[in-house]
Amino acid sequence: MLSRAAANLFWLGRYMERAEATARMISMGQRMAMLPGSPSHSEWASVMQATGAINDGDGPVSETDIVTNLVLDTTSASSIQACLSRARENGRAVRTALTQEMWESLNDDWRYLQGMDPTTARQQLSRILEWVRNRAAVFRGAVETAMLRKDGYYFLRLGGSIERADMTLRLLNVKYFLLLPETEVVGGGRDHHQWMTMLHAVSGLRAYHHDYLGDYAPWNIADFLLLNQAFPRSVAFSYTQINACLEKLEKSHGGSHACQATARGECNLLERTDINIIFNDGLHEYLNEKIAKTARISREVSDAYYF
Amino acid sequence: MNVPFNEMEDTSGSREPYRRIADWINKTGTELLGQRREEAEAIFRKIGITFAVYGEGGDPERLIPFDLIPRAFSGQEWSVLDKGIRQRARALNAFLYDIYHRGEIIKAGVIPADLVYRNSAYLPQMVGFEPPGRVYSHIVGIDIVRTGPDSFQVLEDNCRTPSGVSYMLENREIMARMFPEIFSGGPIKPVDDYPDELHRTLKELAPAGCTGEAAVVVLTPGAFNSAYYEHSFLADLMGVELVEPQDLFVEDAKVWMRTTRGPTQVDVIYRRIDDDYIDPLTFRPESMLGIPGLFDAYRAGTVNICSAPGAGVADDKAIYIYVPEMIRFYLGEEPVLENIPTYQCGLPDERQYVLDNLAELVVKEVHGSGGYGMLIGPKSSKAEISAYRKRIIANPADFIAQPTLDLSTAPTLDGTKLCGRHVDFRPFCLVGKSIRLVPGGLTRVALTEGSLVVNSSQGGGVKDTWVLQE
Repeated sequence: MLSRAAANLFWLGRYMERAEATARMISMGQRMAMLPGSPSHSEWASVMQATGAINDGDGPVSETDIVTNLVLDTTSASSIQACLSRARENGRAVRTALTQEMWESLNDDWRYLQGMDPTTARQQLSRILEWVRNRAAVFRGAVETAMLRKDGYYFLRLGGSIERADMTLRLLNVKYFLLLPETEVVGGGRDHHQWMTMLHAVSGLRAYHHDYLGDYAPWNIADFLLLNQAFPRSVAFSYTQINACLEKLEKSHGGSHACQATARGECNLLERTDINIIFNDGLHEYLNEKIAKTARISREVSDAYYF
Repeated sequence: MNVPFNEMEDTSGSREPYRRIADWINKTGTELLGQRREEAEAIFRKIGITFAVYGEGGDPERLIPFDLIPRAFSGQEWSVLDKGIRQRARALNAFLYDIYHRGEIIKAGVIPADLVYRNSAYLPQMVGFEPPGRVYSHIVGIDIVRTGPDSFQVLEDNCRTPSGVSYMLENREIMARMFPEIFSGGPIKPVDDYPDELHRTLKELAPAGCTGEAAVVVLTPGAFNSAYYEHSFLADLMGVELVEPQDLFVEDAKVWMRTTRGPTQVDVIYRRIDDDYIDPLTFRPESMLGIPGLFDAYRAGTVNICSAPGAGVADDKAIYIYVPEMIRFYLGEEPVLENIPTYQCGLPDERQYVLDNLAELVVKEVHGSGGYGMLIGPKSSKAEISAYRKRIIANPADFIAQPTLDLSTAPTLDGTKLCGRHVDFRPFCLVGKSIRLVPGGLTRVALTEGSLVVNSSQGGGVKDTWVLQE
């Protein structure tokens, strides 16, 4: 396929995933800000940081800042509106590579956020966030049920999986201190709720209970989000997907590429690593290294497929 | 002005081709039709069939209004149109071959040399070059108006990259989806094989060196072009790649597209970009757009470009006047479709006539298109006319004038009322080794009461167009 088309599909996958992940992080911020004793601006600041956005205003981050920067901004690559419209632009540029349902799910209602003012958006924030998740779900449904399992599909899925790994890593990276063993000693109700809220952000609250019987423990939560092979938003699971897509692409294109080697190596590491070792070596350092590794794979993919 | 020809009704009631439509309107009621039009609009919006108008700001992806009431031709009417359209497409291509070779028609004194060789669309680089099949204009869009039961006239020819065929297909698709009952029994000739016919046309004119299945691509300026939807739609239905200039490059005098597997050779380019932007090395050194070296590859015979560079000479409004002569000259036939009488302001006698009768005439810029820069005498104020007069006097050769035509009207929904609105018609004739014409085309309708301008950039709408089985 055209290299440009492959790039468009890859980024379409990334932007849809990012729009959804950003909506999830904002939901998490909303919940955390509601917890008793929580300085809401610091929660919003961590959401802002996780999504990589920069707050223009001085002083503490407010909900209005979040809505302005992460929902409505049309220029920053981290806002929901920008992600959705870039996803649509990428889709439009490869209109022929999409099925009718996929295109309709991108095109339908795409002006919903256009021209919305921050006050209205704040009032309707929960509805907007749900709308974003629904759109992402409809799009994913259209992809899964109708798109031919050919190169285009794997480029799209690859973009989505890379973005998903990245977003889970970023979420952990701004909240890692909650998971450090010392906080368990400090303990108390608030951390407990914060952990729950983190799991909420990845729709993993119930899944966590099914897989890790017993109460919340920071190392289990970290294990769940990083190393769990069954949870679809874990880093390990996302990497398995990345690896599988790259294998399909390599098979259909022939030859071997650096991105494949990197992904395979990461998959093996994630499978073998024990969460205790990660904690011993430093969670924060580990997360930073994985974020860099994910960015590297993204670059290596563009090199391998000429985009 | 006389009463314009009403396509649906004459003194004795519904005309034959419109019987089915009249019955359907009666049965459904205009109230319900009015509601269903909104439904149709929602479908268009959802599919993303949009059209941008340059330089007007506002909504960059607007819809062309779709009118639910079809426009119909009888089988007999169509057989005349069919003959006339094919004839014209042949003559225009013969003319293009001639002016880039021996120029017989000029030597014979039929067409003034200046009009051809000093035409801004004339490309000296094309002289002596033999395009595959000697075809220059592969898709000829001929704009036709009707002024009476038996009188069809050609308004203009479009030999470069006429657009609108996606509407022909989508309008039918939507009508069939919404009102399947009116198509039952198969009384209306289908148009849906147009993409296959287009693909066949393009493939059969692959360059000589191409063995096996020709790799065809549609070349678009990109997603921000007003006709982008159509480009992607056609590529999709033909099952070929939709490429932008940066997806192509030239090496070893061959054209390649960048794919995830590395470079792949391209044999035929259906380009939807202007001559000026196809190759900066040949045509516009200052341009950043285009594919450097493409023209050399074309001249080396490794790739075909459809339409050929320089094909625009044939659809110039000053050349238009001579098309009936071309038909006689090259084909030895009498034109089936007439031209509209046209005055050239460049000629002193005709200029005087035009200046004396501006209030009754339509004046157009020779190189203009899209309904811009026109003067419609009967609809203009004295001030507008006198301002236009000054422009004509300053550059007379840039203008032509035609009588204001009583364009036929077809029934059109205005809210829930049925009103006559002026229409024109653009069929799309395909020229390859053989000539192909699907029975249908795009009917454009001036939605404003009394308006004669059907261009979508000026508030025109579209209709499904039926050709009935004989």
